[in-house]
Amino acid sequence: MPYTTNPIIHTSNIVKSFNIGSENEIEILHGIDLDIYKGEFVSIVGASGSGKSTLMNIIGILDKPTSGTYILDDRDVSEARDKELSAIRNQKIGFVFQTYNLISRTTALANVELPMMYAHINKKKRRERAEMLLEMVGMSDRMDYTPDKLSGGQTQRVAIARALANSPSIILADEPTGALDSVTGHLIMDLFHKLNEENGITIVLITHSKELAEETSKIFTLKDGNIISSRMGRGGSNASTQTTQENNEAQEIKLNKESSQEINLDEESSQEINLDEESSQGITLDKGSLQENNTSSGLKGENYVY
Amino acid sequence: MFIENIRIALSGLRANKLRTFLTMLGIIIGIASVIAIMTVGDAMNNSVMESMGSVGANNIEFYVSEDVDADEEVDYSELRPMETSDEISRDMINDLVNKFKNEVSGVVLSESVGTTKVEDDANYANITINGMNLTALEQMKLKMLSGRTLSISDIDNKSKVCLVSDKFVDNMYDGHYSKAIGQPLEVVLDNKYYTYTIVGVYKYDPSVFNDHAVFKKKDVNTQCIIPITTAMQQVRSEEFFFYVTVVAADGYDPDVVASDISNWINKKYYETNDTYCVESYTMKADLDYLKNMVNTIKLAFMAIGAISLLVGGIGVMNIMVVTITERTREIGTRKALGATNGSIRAQFITEAVAICAIGGIIGVATGIGIGQIILKVINVHGMPSLVEITISIIFSMGIGIFFGFYPANKAAKMNPVEALRYE
Repeated sequence: MPYTTNPIIHTSNIVKSFNIGSENEIEILHGIDLDIYKGEFVSIVGASGSGKSTLMNIIGILDKPTSGTYILDDRDVSEARDKELSAIRNQKIGFVFQTYNLISRTTALANVELPMMYAHINKKKRRERAEMLLEMVGMSDRMDYTPDKLSGGQTQRVAIARALANSPSIILADEPTGALDSVTGHLIMDLFHKLNEENGITIVLITHSKELAEETSKIFTLKDGNIISSRMGRGGSNASTQTTQENNEAQEIKLNKESSQEINLDEESSQEINLDEESSQGITLDKGSLQENNTSSGLKGENYVY
Repeated sequence: MFIENIRIALSGLRANKLRTFLTMLGIIIGIASVIAIMTVGDAMNNSVMESMGSVGANNIEFYVSEDVDADEEVDYSELRPMETSDEISRDMINDLVNKFKNEVSGVVLSESVGTTKVEDDANYANITINGMNLTALEQMKLKMLSGRTLSISDIDNKSKVCLVSDKFVDNMYDGHYSKAIGQPLEVVLDNKYYTYTIVGVYKYDPSVFNDHAVFKKKDVNTQCIIPITTAMQQVRSEEFFFYVTVVAADGYDPDVVASDISNWINKKYYETNDTYCVESYTMKADLDYLKNMVNTIKLAFMAIGAISLLVGGIGVMNIMVVTITERTREIGTRKALGATNGSIRAQFITEAVAICAIGGIIGVATGIGIGQIILKVINVHGMPSLVEITISIIFSMGIGIFFGFYPANKAAKMNPVEALRYE
């Protein structure tokens, strides 16, 4: 399917090196070319050490590439200054983190308002939009809760609402279900699908889980700092690809074999999650009301001091 | 945005109440000690000024003294003893007053006649009889309770009239002022009998007479004031003075007037005198000296207070560094959400300033409290001015900005990727 518009994210030959100039200089990304179009639900998969975090930081303009061009929403951001970058992050990118990263001292509502505060939107409008967004993610009854009183899944919903605050061009989700049990994780994925399908929000999911990646419309596989394949996934409303699919699928199968060890690791850790699933069996999973079991929060017990 | 920052700052401070309070304590103690010292220092200064001022800041004392150089070693026993002719005469005073009409508003003349006990059948009262001219009387700042004060005609006519204190009336006339007025006051001094008619009753002010050392309230010695002329007639045959107090007119520098008059009088009357001359002394120098001394002490103590403020400020800086380390992830998150370096910096500076401002306000209140307790103990009144309070609070906020800047800047310059990854 031909695209009538330019991609929202276009990177060409992105290279990222660390410790430049020193003896242990290391190149993490070796020339990444990536095009992501409006309305897509894209996933970037790769094992740890593949450079996906580095790529995510560059896409999220938290970090600058060593060389190469990055055009976000028709704007070259590779050479922008700090202050401009802040504004671009604020306006164009919504972050969803594995560790949620809500400000623990303030309420869910205040957390969602935060990006709008940095955008200098007035108090009343901010409040209205934050309430609307929290309702959209099914958190309207817990707006005045502080994050420590919310379960992992609920916290991540608030984080998603926060990511949507300034109507960004893309949502950048870094292992958004990584700290959640599989049931809650699926609810979060369902929410992403809903946002993508119903609201046309572009989502970039960074994950090591092939299973989750399969749900998205396009999968980029990263290995050792190169994109080794890009292919269509099962899900997504705008499932499409420009690459020759057959080639990639062949590669993909090979890759799966190579990295099967890692997947086993994942399976191991999913046993723990199964325990949680058992404990949450009694709960009916209703997408509308989105009730969850608080005790199943994957981050329970960990102390995040902000 | 500014109000948002304050809200964020306060929520940050609330999250660590004890720590915030302990940090604040440094500022509280610093500001409180500065305010307390300022209160006490100013109050003491004012009290000194007041008590000195009531004696007369415009007064110049002229006294007859040996005409010797200060550096020279002189055997005073070899000098000719002072005679009446060496003293300042009434004519000289008149001449002086005429010559310096504008500069001099009056000459204080007083002459002690003696101290005695007045008795009748049942009552007694201790009095000191002092002759005064009108300028001297004015300097007393007497508060008349009944009758009249002395008039120019009393002086001119050498009237045998007197003013007595309410204490005297309490003792002799059971406190009935009207009974006392018009009554004769009979005294015997050095085997001489004097009688004066009481024309007025004034209010006794213990602070002026400083006569606390009496066993019985009744024994208190108060002044009986008579015209200077009357007194002179009784105690001395001639009108000569060993010293004279001249009051400089308002708007003239007493020191300048003093040296002008000294020069003039020495040239005119003492040029031929082989041993003696007139020297002058003003209160102003003393006042300035005292003022300086009190101010120096005040400044020294305030410097100590300022040092404790400095220590408090370093405490604030320390806690801000800790806070920023703790909140590294939050800083990373805020940056990811679009916070500029400037807004991160502003957020943490606001937090430091909030600690200092709240500490400053509590410190001012504490300082006023401590100051008032000290003033109560030393029995002086005073209150720090609004300007001083405002300056103190602004100063402590300045400390917040100064000591908050470094940590806040550190936070602002954090790399968002590293901050987000921070555990």
